[in-house]
Amino acid sequence: MTRVYVSSVIPAPAASVWRRVRDFNGLPEWTPFVAESRIEQGLPSDKVGCIRNFILTDGGTIREQLLALSDYDMSCTYSILESPMGVEDYIAKLSLTPVTDGNVTFAQWQADFDCAPEREQALIDQIGKNVFQAAFNALRQSFGGR
Amino acid sequence: MARVRESAIVDVPIVEVWRWLRDFNSHRDWHPAIDDSEIENGLPADTVGAVRAFTLKDGSFLREQLLSLDDELHELSYCLIDSPIPLYGYVATIRLLPVTDTGATFWQWESEFNPPRDRARELVALVANDIYRAGMRGLERRLRAGPGEGGNGVLRVARATEGTPAAPREKLLPVHPVEATVEPATDAAGSLKARAVVMDRHGGPEVLSLRDIDVPTPGPGEVRIRQSHVGVNFIDVYCRTGYFDLVTPPGVPGMEAAGTVESVGSGVSHLAAGDRVAYACPPAGSYASVRTMNADLVVRIPDWLDTAHAAAGLLKGVAAGFLLHDVHPIARGEWVVVHAAAGGVGSLLTQWAAALGARVIATVSDAEKARLAEASGADDVIIGRGPEFVDRVRRLTGDRGADVVYDAIGRDSFDASMAALAVRGHLVSFGQASGDIGAREIGPMASKSLTLSRPNYGHYIADRTMMTMQAERLFSAIERGFLNIPPPQLAPIEDVARVHSELESGRTTGAIVLEA
Repeated sequence: MTRVYVSSVIPAPAASVWRRVRDFNGLPEWTPFVAESRIEQGLPSDKVGCIRNFILTDGGTIREQLLALSDYDMSCTYSILESPMGVEDYIAKLSLTPVTDGNVTFAQWQADFDCAPEREQALIDQIGKNVFQAAFNALRQSFGGR
Repeated sequence: MARVRESAIVDVPIVEVWRWLRDFNSHRDWHPAIDDSEIENGLPADTVGAVRAFTLKDGSFLREQLLSLDDELHELSYCLIDSPIPLYGYVATIRLLPVTDTGATFWQWESEFNPPRDRARELVALVANDIYRAGMRGLERRLRAGPGEGGNGVLRVARATEGTPAAPREKLLPVHPVEATVEPATDAAGSLKARAVVMDRHGGPEVLSLRDIDVPTPGPGEVRIRQSHVGVNFIDVYCRTGYFDLVTPPGVPGMEAAGTVESVGSGVSHLAAGDRVAYACPPAGSYASVRTMNADLVVRIPDWLDTAHAAAGLLKGVAAGFLLHDVHPIARGEWVVVHAAAGGVGSLLTQWAAALGARVIATVSDAEKARLAEASGADDVIIGRGPEFVDRVRRLTGDRGADVVYDAIGRDSFDASMAALAVRGHLVSFGQASGDIGAREIGPMASKSLTLSRPNYGHYIADRTMMTMQAERLFSAIERGFLNIPPPQLAPIEDVARVHSELESGRTTGAIVLEA
């Protein structure tokens, strides 16, 4: 099992950041790499079990299923059903924690998955830098951070 | 059951923070409230089950037991065994997580306990602020300062006992450079030589002259600051002329400065030598290269904000903050008039009100200032404040008038401001750049049920809690991009008289900062 963990500080209150990221269908709104997204079978995007089907800006298509969503813990867990990345048993969790001193947000994004050993390092870089960190950078900038 | 959860981002790598925290006895070296501590029965300080017996600065005695310690998760928990404070059933957990993209550490400190019902609120605040927040910042300062540096009696040198971690020296984040380039001479009594602007009598700019003064060692509750930048504000002109009775000649004017803490007196736990700090408060006396003053209203500057901007923006920014949040809390969609919108406070009011979702009508005196006001986010800019101003506000608001007018012009704008207001509108009169407003009839205010406020800056920053809240609100607004503090005009402190005449004649835009 391979783990990728990325964390960052978003310069805004956790409730504001959570409003932006809780929408499971909202990736095109706040990440730089998702061109369009829809929820299959017209389900609401906060229905646990729903599947998002999205197209990356580079053209790839990914299907992911919402496994857990908590407005209390401000976290969202999902798995990959189909993707061009070559990962198995991929489960990721995005969570936000308020930082009381300064009223900002500690954001964590973690993924566990299996893959071919020779692909492991490339996937860690791809997911850690180009997906999780890139999304956090965009989120930070959208809240006025640098 | 009461529950406290505090957290902070500490600008030190997780391994360094954890190296200290896993030593259950290390709190004597970093927590500002702890006087002394030892582990009972000579156990190693990372033994699960070990008991630490310690005294606080106020003399009270407590015992706590380590319940769990996890190097993998960077987590420890402990409970209180003996305490003079009624924190019954107190169990606390500390957890660290890395901030992977900056190398900093997220630190969460939480607990549950059963307080007596009538003291719950007080005890929750005590645990949250005096124990957790003060502790987290205390260790951060300890790690940034290193052993024996910048402590001046506040941060003690780590003791050479087994189990005390070697304080990290190499992997420290950069300690902020002390900005004074010349070390001022110290005399035998510990006072420092400094340069200050002294006014011998009330009057025009010519009463200001540069002198050498002695700045005493900080007493209890005081701090001595090497001030690199001094903020100039219109209130300084009022102090100089005697309109405000805040400086009795011979005296040093000025309410605002930023620099580096040189030393602190006893009982000061929120600041340490080497901290970059700023203040914006009475009593006057900031026009100097070194100053000793009460530490209560002095705040630390965030790492990302430079000293010149802090000196330029703290007083004006805090003023804009309380005018828009406390005097008249701005609601989204309200029509707001800001007079003198290119000035120091005016430009911040315009930007911040716009960021809060208000529709801002700015007034200025010429076309160049109009461009500045527009760039600050004003929806509409009006040059002048005559009858055409009132007509324009009426037209823009669909004949309703403005919800609030922020007016620091005073005599020349007062009537127009009243006329521009909507029914139940609010005139916030916080200055008199054009002259004293004089006596006014309040009867006519009933024709529109108007409210008039004359806020006094000092009442909104009266103690450390208020000042900290105002400063944090400001820093957070700047960091989130609500506010941009424009680069100030810098002038050498020798040019103070020229700076005052320009400010009085309205020839300046934005903030002016003296380099001390």
